[in-house]
Amino acid sequence: MSFAKLTASSLAIAAVSATAAVAQSRDNVQVAGSSTVLPYASIVAEAFGENTDFPTPVVESGGSSAGLKRFCEGVGENTIDVANASRAIRESEIETCAENGVTDIIEVRIGYDGIVFASQQDGPAFDAFVPADIFNAIGAQVLVDGEIVENPYTNWSEFNADLPDVEIAMFIPGTKHGTREVFEDKVLLEGCEATGAMEAMIEGGMSEDDAEDACLDVRTDGKSVDIDGDYTETLARIDANPNGIGVFGLAFYENNTDKLKVATMSGVEPTTETIASGEYPVSRPLYFYVKKAHIGVIPGLKEYAQFFVADELAGPNGPLANYGLVSDPELAATQEKVANEETM
Amino acid sequence: MTDTSIPKDAPRAKTSIHQIDALTKKRNAAEKRFKAYGMAAIGIGLFFLIVLFTSIIRSGAPAFTRTVLEVDFTLTQAQYEEAEGQLFKTAAYSDFFIAELEETLTADGMSVEFDADTIERILGKVGGTLREYYRANEDKLGEPVTFSLATSSRVDGYFNGRVTRDGLEDSRFLMAADLDLVDALEEAGIITSEFNWPFITGADSGVDNPGGAGIGASVVGSFFMMLVVLALALPIGVAASIYLEEFAPQNRFTDLIEVNISNLAAVPSIVFGILGLAVFIQFMHLPQSAPLVGGLVLTLMTLPTIIISTRAALKAVPPSIREAALGIGASRMQTVFHHVLPLAMPGILTGTIIGLAQALGETAPLLLIGMVGFVARGYPDGFLQGFVEPNSAMPAQIYTWAARADSAFYDKAWGGIIILLIFLMFMNILAVILRRRFERRW
Repeated sequence: MSFAKLTASSLAIAAVSATAAVAQSRDNVQVAGSSTVLPYASIVAEAFGENTDFPTPVVESGGSSAGLKRFCEGVGENTIDVANASRAIRESEIETCAENGVTDIIEVRIGYDGIVFASQQDGPAFDAFVPADIFNAIGAQVLVDGEIVENPYTNWSEFNADLPDVEIAMFIPGTKHGTREVFEDKVLLEGCEATGAMEAMIEGGMSEDDAEDACLDVRTDGKSVDIDGDYTETLARIDANPNGIGVFGLAFYENNTDKLKVATMSGVEPTTETIASGEYPVSRPLYFYVKKAHIGVIPGLKEYAQFFVADELAGPNGPLANYGLVSDPELAATQEKVANEETM
Repeated sequence: MTDTSIPKDAPRAKTSIHQIDALTKKRNAAEKRFKAYGMAAIGIGLFFLIVLFTSIIRSGAPAFTRTVLEVDFTLTQAQYEEAEGQLFKTAAYSDFFIAELEETLTADGMSVEFDADTIERILGKVGGTLREYYRANEDKLGEPVTFSLATSSRVDGYFNGRVTRDGLEDSRFLMAADLDLVDALEEAGIITSEFNWPFITGADSGVDNPGGAGIGASVVGSFFMMLVVLALALPIGVAASIYLEEFAPQNRFTDLIEVNISNLAAVPSIVFGILGLAVFIQFMHLPQSAPLVGGLVLTLMTLPTIIISTRAALKAVPPSIREAALGIGASRMQTVFHHVLPLAMPGILTGTIIGLAQALGETAPLLLIGMVGFVARGYPDGFLQGFVEPNSAMPAQIYTWAARADSAFYDKAWGGIIILLIFLMFMNILAVILRRRFERRW
């Protein structure tokens, strides 16, 4: 039967190619990690493919933690070369890396990203935010009349009269996102301290660490929703809820100004300028990590890292800044670091 | 029991088959009602199908047109060498192009005000196209060449209705005032709309370049994956089912296997992705992001579907066929391969195509083996390389586009769905043709 022959021959072809695959070594850079860094990495990867004779690198998403976990799996062609992260690598991750033989890691800071709070274009304006408001809105336990209680608030105006009298509905990044960590550090923890809740917790007999953890607990009654997907998912939730406030990266907001209205934080509107100057309080550095053992083995790896941080790309007039990255004033130092392959 | 309860000489009611009694009426009414229910069910199904298709086509249509700027451009040898000497070469090409376009437009005496920044905002990413062209055609240096270059995503949106003048907020991406120049260029016939061939044939592009995004490369990726699935899942699946159905003894062990095959069919597809990462990439050292690995993972996922449907098809062949064959002295293997299998073939093909269609639309197992993300390597260098060179797959590409900030990519995602459906349609047509060829009546 010709059908059987056809199947048999295609089976043979598949088997041959499988053998060929094992013999063939990888010729492209393999990147994974933060979905915040992904857009920038994709811009660089496309330009890298267009401007050099190396093949276009493959950039996967999945979150900072997932990326670093795969980065630390070991050394070799079947592991990734670069991990993108929207936060610095943790001590524990460096240890895991070392256990698996990934000892020489080059840390590259590419610039800064602002975290913005935005609501629906047609919804009420939120223009009087301070970190304390966010904490009061979504903290699991807050300070009311000098006492720590389960969060009783339902509307924004209940704790800040300058805010609109609408129901609290926040969409915050899920725990697998690096953005969540910055959100906790720069907004929840500061809000917790500013409202005095943290002090009250410590006075109530908690240790400092326990109090910090308690500050980061988010209420679970549906007023705050963890978004594990991408910013587009947050945008869809905001689209469906005129009172909803979502947490976005600056670049995403700037690409969707027709749908989103940005909230000011402590009276400052987030722009690349206010973030670069440090006036806007909620920003974080973006990184990628390079496996030094792969330099010289995977063709184009060092060239990719150098291309990424070159003035023409990551500088203030480059395509990354045009997309929304706040360029790093100390880029020259980073360039030198990459050129010398300085490890952590 | 006897019929004593019916009085013998009770007068029988005179009825005629032409006269419809109450019970018949009731039965007829029930039949009518049932027909109505059936038609309503089909109607609802069709209604949702139409809603789905109109929404897909309406959302996806913009992806198939693109707005281009058609102009003559001359690159001198000196400019070429200067651009090639830089690190970010494509940006240099782009700058030369913008400078020359500004000069031409000023000389033409455009009635609206503009500067180089305006042109930069209107224009998409042109550097890559220009560099690729001049690298391949160095002899064209110094003479004018007509280029059709994609405009920026917002200008494109202005032409297909996604962006309106009123809704546009001034930003570094596009100012409302820039649209005056766009209108003027459209009147002059420089900006036109055309069919978006690069979308059909191209590869993925960076997030700031929706005009350059294409699905072609991922169609090829999906094609190679389907090839692997077909080449592995069909023979393995059919062999397993024939053995289980025709040869295997009925005992506890085969029962256990049967139960487990049914269970496998219900396992979430992401589990196969995890397995694929652990076995194929980490243990067998197959390359990441390769359609070969994707195909292997999807084979595992498709196997239970194919086995279950093949066994059903084999069961449906009447035992009399087997008995007749055995009766005239055929061996069991001859019976299966000469008589049972050909008759079961249409059913097997249906099951296979359902399995393949399911595999074609699957994203989750591909997440962990590196096929979801920015994979823009383009077409493989050859047939065999097609299996191992990094590539994406159609559903993965659609998923990636849907997550991007620029809403132009949202249109592309819908356009990708249309291409996926067309691919699926071709697969189904092929299945129908094959089924017709194998169909035997008895």
